[in-house]
Amino acid sequence: MLSVSNVSKTYAAGDKALDDVSFTIPAGQVVGLIGPSGAGKSTLIRCVNRLVEPTSGTITLGDTPITGLSVSDLRSVRRRIGMIFQEYALVERLTVMENVLSGRLGYVSFWRSLLRRFPAVDVQKAYALLDRVGLMEHASKRADALSGGQRQRVGIARALEQDPELLLVDEPTASLDPKTSRQIMRLLIEICNERQLPAIINIHDVVLARQFTERLIGLQAGRIVFDGAPSELDETVLTRIYGEEDWTTLDKETEAA
Amino acid sequence: MTEQTWQYRTPRHRLVLWVSWLCFVALCVFCWQVMTQDTIWYFVTDAPRQAADLGSRMIPPRWSYLEKLWLPLWDTLNIATLGTLLGVLFAIPVAFLAASNTTPSRLFVRPIALFIIVASRSINSLIWALLLVSIIGPGLLAGIIAIGLRSIGFVAKLLYEAIEETDTIQIEAITATGASRAQILNYAIVPQILPAFCGISVFRWDINIRESTILGLVGAGGIGVQLQASLNTLAWPQVTMIFIVILATVVISEWVSAKVRHAII
Repeated sequence: MLSVSNVSKTYAAGDKALDDVSFTIPAGQVVGLIGPSGAGKSTLIRCVNRLVEPTSGTITLGDTPITGLSVSDLRSVRRRIGMIFQEYALVERLTVMENVLSGRLGYVSFWRSLLRRFPAVDVQKAYALLDRVGLMEHASKRADALSGGQRQRVGIARALEQDPELLLVDEPTASLDPKTSRQIMRLLIEICNERQLPAIINIHDVVLARQFTERLIGLQAGRIVFDGAPSELDETVLTRIYGEEDWTTLDKETEAA
Repeated sequence: MTEQTWQYRTPRHRLVLWVSWLCFVALCVFCWQVMTQDTIWYFVTDAPRQAADLGSRMIPPRWSYLEKLWLPLWDTLNIATLGTLLGVLFAIPVAFLAASNTTPSRLFVRPIALFIIVASRSINSLIWALLLVSIIGPGLLAGIIAIGLRSIGFVAKLLYEAIEETDTIQIEAITATGASRAQILNYAIVPQILPAFCGISVFRWDINIRESTILGLVGAGGIGVQLQASLNTLAWPQVTMIFIVILATVVISEWVSAKVRHAII
């Protein structure tokens, strides 16, 4: 279970990215985080694993208070949180297998990781995950030899290799075509359901968000302006999150999907 | 709608441009005067004849001298190669300390690393060799260390720029897995800079071959020692022979370095 309470973030330049944000995510719940560009979605999920340092507020994962941890304790909590990125963020010049195994870096010693001598269990798990995401035959290829959709699958496998208790997903489909986007979202949701894994998915595609998540949080200028079921997301709520616009076509699209 | 005229430059901008050009031309005229006031024009007009005279004494090259050049040439290659290795070895830590995204302290460590780079780069290998010959005596070792000292700055500067240009998202992703600093270096940064590193090292080796051919002029070993001796005895055909050997070596090393860099990227 993740709980975020009264989190604010002001960047050094004085921009207020998050303003008193609070919510909790129970085990197994997949939450879509929506909002216009610059609303603080990326900042919010990066505060959870402290890639971005929150200015105030507390974040707890299970019994562990993430905010206020020392650097070495932070490592051990980061390895419990898997992260998936918009531009896949694979290490391009490493092989697919090395990328997946890098999910174990928080668990193995420096020398083992330097010599690529990961424990056999980890390697078996990596193969099982590559099989699960359908990339078994690409294990020894270099990451930059794969297509966008395939790379995002490697990104998912890397996050799962951590045996995470929580997934942070930052715009997983923003660089993908509509069909691949749907396949990737479906895969993510299936995996979260299989493992009872809670997830926060940043997503700007409202249609996809409504289709695939069970709860939506709407962020506007760093504040939560909506928190509820996808079915409650009507025109007034959309206007509250994104501003005035003709939302009727979007509704039709969702019904079609 | 009123007719609008568009001008590429504002009047003020144009004035500044004209004044700048005027100053530039004035500077050129002044420099020409400084340059020519000590010139003895008789020597200049005589230059083609002198050049032809020197040329006729240099040709043909003394091919038999070649057999005495193999060992010095081998020494030269060793100076360049070992010197490059030495320089690269020291440049790697310096580069990581100098890059603003990997340095342990921007306030204390980074300025020191940057100073090492500037100090190494500001002194020519020939000067380093001159100093080292008087410190550790003439010979190969002085040449190797001179080449090494000069290479540190060059390699470290280009390498730290490569480190600073790495993709931060890949580093973020590895950080998010709970990796330690050393692991982040190994998994996220090293793979990104490896091609640049190999390219820089081979490029420096190529430069060092050229530089090590003249280190002998100050007694730091290699083919330059023969060049010095031949010049002192006015043995022009031998000088020509040495030039040919140096030229061939440089051409071959350029070819090798181009091949290697092509293979890496």
